[in-house]
Amino acid sequence: MRTQTLKFITCAVAVLAFAGLSFAQVTEYQEDQNLGMEAHAGHLTGHAKSAAMNYRRYCVGCHGVLGDGEGENAVWLDPKPRNFTLATFKCRSTPSGTLPTDEDLFNTIGRGLESSNMPSWNPLSSQNRIDLIAYVKHFSDRWKTEKPGTPIEIPTEPEVTADRIKAGQVIFQKLECWKCHGVEGMANGPSADTLTDDQNRPIKPFNFHDQTRFKCGSTDRDLYRIFMTGLDGTPMPSFADNVKPEEAWDLVFYLRTLQPMHTKEKEIAKQLGLKPINPNAPAPASTPAPQPQTNDTKPQ
Amino acid sequence: MKKQLLFKAMLALSAALILSVAWMVSQRSVKAAPPSESSITGTVKLEGTPPHQRPIDMSKEPACAAVHKANPVTTENVVVGTDGGLKNVVVYLSEGWSGPETAVSSTPNWEQHGCQYIPHVMGLDVNEHFKVINSDPTSHNIHPMPKPGGPNHEWNKSQPAGAPPIDTSWPAEEVAIHVKCNIHPWMSGYMVVVKGPYGVSDDSGSFKVDGVPPGNYTLTAWQETYGAQTQKVTVAAGKPATANFTFKAK
Repeated sequence: MRTQTLKFITCAVAVLAFAGLSFAQVTEYQEDQNLGMEAHAGHLTGHAKSAAMNYRRYCVGCHGVLGDGEGENAVWLDPKPRNFTLATFKCRSTPSGTLPTDEDLFNTIGRGLESSNMPSWNPLSSQNRIDLIAYVKHFSDRWKTEKPGTPIEIPTEPEVTADRIKAGQVIFQKLECWKCHGVEGMANGPSADTLTDDQNRPIKPFNFHDQTRFKCGSTDRDLYRIFMTGLDGTPMPSFADNVKPEEAWDLVFYLRTLQPMHTKEKEIAKQLGLKPINPNAPAPASTPAPQPQTNDTKPQ
Repeated sequence: MKKQLLFKAMLALSAALILSVAWMVSQRSVKAAPPSESSITGTVKLEGTPPHQRPIDMSKEPACAAVHKANPVTTENVVVGTDGGLKNVVVYLSEGWSGPETAVSSTPNWEQHGCQYIPHVMGLDVNEHFKVINSDPTSHNIHPMPKPGGPNHEWNKSQPAGAPPIDTSWPAEEVAIHVKCNIHPWMSGYMVVVKGPYGVSDDSGSFKVDGVPPGNYTLTAWQETYGAQTQKVTVAAGKPATANFTFKAK
């Protein structure tokens, strides 16, 4: 009689334990609710679920199974692969501190990231790429609770003139771009050697003298967007609050004179006999009366 | 007749007195507290020898170096004032506070002056606005770095000389948000975002937490090098409570 009771209890415990185990598996599976994440760019709609295979095939080696940038290749890479769980991105059209748009991310994987191990993924179909963006987003809950910032407006590019290049140089000095990027854009400014990223890893400023393409694109519009929104997670701040669109274009034109390839701006600078700035000269005349500003996501 | 005049004069005088008191109360940083609210005062002290504070070489930024010509500037990880008083300690109610979402609305300034943050440590209520000011003749980039992946998000904005203040706030509590300037790597400061009222210790180590309703609380004191200490405190109506903290130098 007693052994029977014991048997019954053992059986019951075994059944309960099994049920518990299978239940645990069910809950673990359900944890990935974020796989319902979508991404939109133009007429494309991406689904995270559809990208699982491609992520495992093309991305996991560097960005890791968990999307934390700790893939098996990560130790060999500099700069380190992006940690998608933090949802901080360099290349944005949106204000500093806000999420990028899906289109920003879509452009990034299409273009690849200059001076890093991230190649261009244009060989994949645009549908595959937008699916991957949805997959990248599924790693952070921030995409469920927040909307991307409002993209800054970039007015049509004006005609390059000698006056604009000279004005751009004044802005280059006034904003103290040279503190990191150097007076000739050679990435040798007084603060250049001390820079670290948000994980406290050393990071170098962009060298205009050596490089033709920027981290987030190579066009004039890309350059405009980079310094206006800043590169989040790096020392490069956003200048959108203090630079007017006209001035921003002037700065774009001046920066083009520093680059190694042949540019129209460089030709004009040569004719002007434009000399590098003198950082010890008194600061140029300041801007008109300050206006109140907020840290909102409004475009300036 | 004379008595009536005197009475009228007294009336006018007392009205003026009441008005001026009301004005003073309204000028206080914390919202005018109902009479039942009280405060917590106390002193934070450091026991032992404070760690050596390294001198800061600002020769790369002559304009800032000039500001500190008379008083050489050092790091501010541990600042000990008179009688072992520990400066820059934020004291707040970590448990027991059930007041409104944003109880403090003083809009403090976070000033960049002489390539230093003034104050070096700032207390803030959740959603309390603060102003970032650049009074230096040089550019700064203001780069607060909350915990990655948390509810507050890192941002990084340039503030050239003469630029208008940046008015902003933090949406969630966080002890503490490190702020730095990448152009001047020695610049370092902390924003301590808490729920409800707070106090920050001054040169003598004394602090005052205003606007605390009667009740039982856990009081926490946070210092950037030594971390947090807590103690229970009971606040009675209309009677300021006292709480002292002692940190030990490691």
